[in-house]
Amino acid sequence: MDNLSFGLTLTLVGVGGTFLTLWVLALVVDLLKKLFPLAAQEESDKKA
Amino acid sequence: MLESVIAGLSGLASGTTFLFTQGLENVIMLLIAGVLLYLGVKKQVEPLLLVPIGFGCLLVNIPLSDLMDQGGFLRTLYDAGVANELFPLLIFVGIGAMTDFGPLLENPRILLFGAAGQVGIFLTLLLALALGFPQLEAVAIAVIGACDGPTAIYVASQYAPQLLGPISVAAYSYMALVPIIQPPIMKALTTPAERVIRMKSLKKSVSPATKILFPIVVTIIGGLIAPKGLPLLGTIMLGNFMRESGVVARLTKASENEIANIVTLFLGLAIGATMEGHAFLKPTTLAIFALGFIAISLDTVAGVLFGKLVCKLTGGKVNPLIGAAGISAYPMAARVVQTQGLRYDKKNHLLMHAAGANTGGQIGSVVAAAVMLSVLKGMGLI
Repeated sequence: MDNLSFGLTLTLVGVGGTFLTLWVLALVVDLLKKLFPLAAQEESDKKA
Repeated sequence: MLESVIAGLSGLASGTTFLFTQGLENVIMLLIAGVLLYLGVKKQVEPLLLVPIGFGCLLVNIPLSDLMDQGGFLRTLYDAGVANELFPLLIFVGIGAMTDFGPLLENPRILLFGAAGQVGIFLTLLLALALGFPQLEAVAIAVIGACDGPTAIYVASQYAPQLLGPISVAAYSYMALVPIIQPPIMKALTTPAERVIRMKSLKKSVSPATKILFPIVVTIIGGLIAPKGLPLLGTIMLGNFMRESGVVARLTKASENEIANIVTLFLGLAIGATMEGHAFLKPTTLAIFALGFIAISLDTVAGVLFGKLVCKLTGGKVNPLIGAAGISAYPMAARVVQTQGLRYDKKNHLLMHAAGANTGGQIGSVVAAAVMLSVLKGMGLI
């Protein structure tokens, strides 16, 4: 593979892959926050 | 008897003789070692790294010292932890143990700033290729733009070990220069009105359970998408999991103190040991320093431009300056954003938002390198 094709491929897939991975992580963290909300946990800690 | 004495004396003089007859490269490298030690000690530029790197450079360039020959002290250190990437990974465990991802978890979408802050890596890759660097060397040089010393060392030691010295020194030098490199770019790319945008303060909304699960989730998702980078992601997340779990305080403290300190010393010495004159004094070293500077500048440009885009999309709720914190230099980049925000509005505190973007940048730099390595693996190049 010549340098130009290599560079463009790695740049496109690399930038896209980085954004995609971090976007998926952001969605999963949002989901975690919904599944384990702070208020609910504070209440269960108080009961305990 | 006399002959033995003369032979013995010639042994004592051999180093000095070599230095003055054929040791020009050694002399230049000893001067460079002096500059690194001066920067580390006098100017406090990343002293934890530049002092051992400078001293390693000094040791290896004393003629006929054989420290990097098989069995030599520095060769042993190099083989034990740099050639097999162990040292940077152990440092990552410490970084994970030191990092509070709380501000990032309060507003997870800020993770995307951590992606924007890595764009410079890929643009620099194109530049390095245009300058004629072989493909894997170009990748290793571009990763200086991750603004993340251990990641740069990890990639360089695997795929361009011959460039490890200049890449490591460039990475740590430019990380220390972030407060000088970023502000002019931030000012040039933003309007006065954008610089004074105040952002809502973050409400405490993250439960301990979320904080504990976060490193596990990042490890699994990141590892599934980019398995070649799992050592990088896995170690930083191991450190963070230990921190957040709260049940292994001794291991967490050891990771962020004793282990990180010892490994930093060994890593610095081993990197300095790669700076032998014949390997370092090449035009490529200057090119690597120039490309490293460009990479970090382009990261900042991409981060601030992304901040402007988000500012537009949110109707002016986001200050674009925080985009500059999307790089991995933590917490330096966040402090730069805070300082610049206060410079234009004395009551505008952007630190928590910038800290979120900055920890996003830490994850982003590792993810970018991991994605890059996995794409290279997919292409069959590694």
